[in-house]
Amino acid sequence: MIKPFSIDLSVDVGGLKLRNPVMPASGTFAEGLDKVIDFNRLGAFVTKTVTRELRAGNPLPRVVERPGSLINAIGIPSKGVPHFIEKIIPQYAAYEPPLVVSISAPTAEGFASLAAELTLPGVSAIEANISCPNIEEDGKAFAMRPESAEKVTRQLRAATKLPLWVKLTPNTGDIAEVARATEAAGADAVVVANTFLSMAIDLKTFKPCLGNVMGGLSGPAIKPIVLRQVFQCAKAIKIPVIGCGGISTAEDAIEYMLAGASAVQVGTATFLQPAAMISVIDGIEMFCLQREISRVTDLVHGVVIEEADDQDLAWLSPPT
Amino acid sequence: MSLDHPSHQMQPAVTPPASPHAPWKPSIVAELAKVVANTAVNAEYRHLVVDCSEVAASAQPGQFFQLLCPHPAGEQPFLRRPMSLYGADPATRQVEFLYKVTGAGTRGLDMIKSGEHLDIMGPLGTGFTLDPKWRHIVAVGRGAGLATLAPLAKAAKASGTKVTAIFSARRPELLVSVDLFKEHGAEVVPVTDSEQTSGPGNVERILRGLIAQDKCDAFFTCGSSRLMRVQQRLAIEFGLPGQVAMEQQMACGIGLCYCCVRDFNVGGEIVNRRVCWDGPVFDLLEALP
Repeated sequence: MIKPFSIDLSVDVGGLKLRNPVMPASGTFAEGLDKVIDFNRLGAFVTKTVTRELRAGNPLPRVVERPGSLINAIGIPSKGVPHFIEKIIPQYAAYEPPLVVSISAPTAEGFASLAAELTLPGVSAIEANISCPNIEEDGKAFAMRPESAEKVTRQLRAATKLPLWVKLTPNTGDIAEVARATEAAGADAVVVANTFLSMAIDLKTFKPCLGNVMGGLSGPAIKPIVLRQVFQCAKAIKIPVIGCGGISTAEDAIEYMLAGASAVQVGTATFLQPAAMISVIDGIEMFCLQREISRVTDLVHGVVIEEADDQDLAWLSPPT
Repeated sequence: MSLDHPSHQMQPAVTPPASPHAPWKPSIVAELAKVVANTAVNAEYRHLVVDCSEVAASAQPGQFFQLLCPHPAGEQPFLRRPMSLYGADPATRQVEFLYKVTGAGTRGLDMIKSGEHLDIMGPLGTGFTLDPKWRHIVAVGRGAGLATLAPLAKAAKASGTKVTAIFSARRPELLVSVDLFKEHGAEVVPVTDSEQTSGPGNVERILRGLIAQDKCDAFFTCGSSRLMRVQQRLAIEFGLPGQVAMEQQMACGIGLCYCCVRDFNVGGEIVNRRVCWDGPVFDLLEALP
């Protein structure tokens, strides 16, 4: 007789309880996906980034493919806050998973006012996409430097009582330092990371492949780099880390959890396999069953690093 | 610029979202389909037929699929490739595509042998709508657009609507879909560059003749901006409706990524729509080349 063995897939991410650790990455998810997957199976919903200003998005072409990866420069098309509140938020009311709203603004003050305005019934958490350019700092992304990341997080923290997730950029020298700054400023969790600033040139025309010249690299090609960043951040901070970068399979997600991620976001993989998130959830459960791991949280920080090796790896997170 | 979602007069091509309390069922699927045939039909086009699920085989004219193409030697097509539906049969549970080998994705498709499997995703997008009041419609296509228009022949026959198809190609031997349209009782008028019959002037002359004979209750078109403009002019002049299937580079194919947007003129206002989700079939008069 088979011993009944049920897996507890639930996780707590910065004050938000999720039925499982799998959710979409912002910008790769919309209401229409409910024709392909059962929304009630997801750990959470994460919206496309909403901005206060109306944004048309970037000139075309907006995407170009490279081996194992995609470069996009969509440009965050946004229909503004009233449209978001009236049309987008209610579409998720009938479903069980919590709604995480991704926001962006060109100033710290803009971030705070947007977070305050979107602290509404039906919204379960705010994900601040601070990888966008800061117009008060010559267009450098907020998350490129600890000081600007701390400032915007502090203002966000004062503006909302909702769980506050801060989405970091991988385009920075010391991401663990930036993660520490957002923790100190009151973030409840960090999302590590976003796309890598990148470029592609067409050899027929000598022109950039993207209308915006540069774009963000995503897909399986970036996974090992972001995995390293998740590992570094998880060692540096106590708040949960949400891993996001090139996850296509349950194995990818489990690697991220072993590196220290409490939950994961699946993005580009959904473009190739629209039910990728469901396969990741099922695969994690199957893995836990096979390894007799009763709670998925037991995987978090599960990477085994021998004591001596840990010393050798000290350079990975230099003392502050 | 307004980014408003359009309000379609057309029927939604996919079922509305199920109530969360009803058992959930997908209306779009990604599945491994068994290839039944993958053969050349002329010097440029290949015909691909696959066995598929009931959901995939329910595809409507004008809808499309996203194909995950095998990697040809030395190339790695990362994204799926959008492919117009050439035919769908719910009874035999098959869908058909017509493609021209032009890039890494279609070079990959070209390698597939019958009996092998191909990952297909669909049916996608909003397709053509046939109004039962129309007695006679006109389909105008060029190049790959002929494949996109093909499923209309069968659908029109089923609703008792007559079809005249004006099909344009560089040379007569490159025309596709002609036999398929004729099989379904349509009249086909081929026009070609090599015979110097494919210019907008001649197509306009043919269309005016059809309108005069009361054989054009609506325009359906795909594959040529020049021919689309001719039909737009005539649609305005004679107060006729029309639909156009449009193309754009795509990534997700299901409305998530906003890479395939185009501008449309809706009552004088320019609005931005996703070809994969709001289209690929749009109102003829709203389309911009």
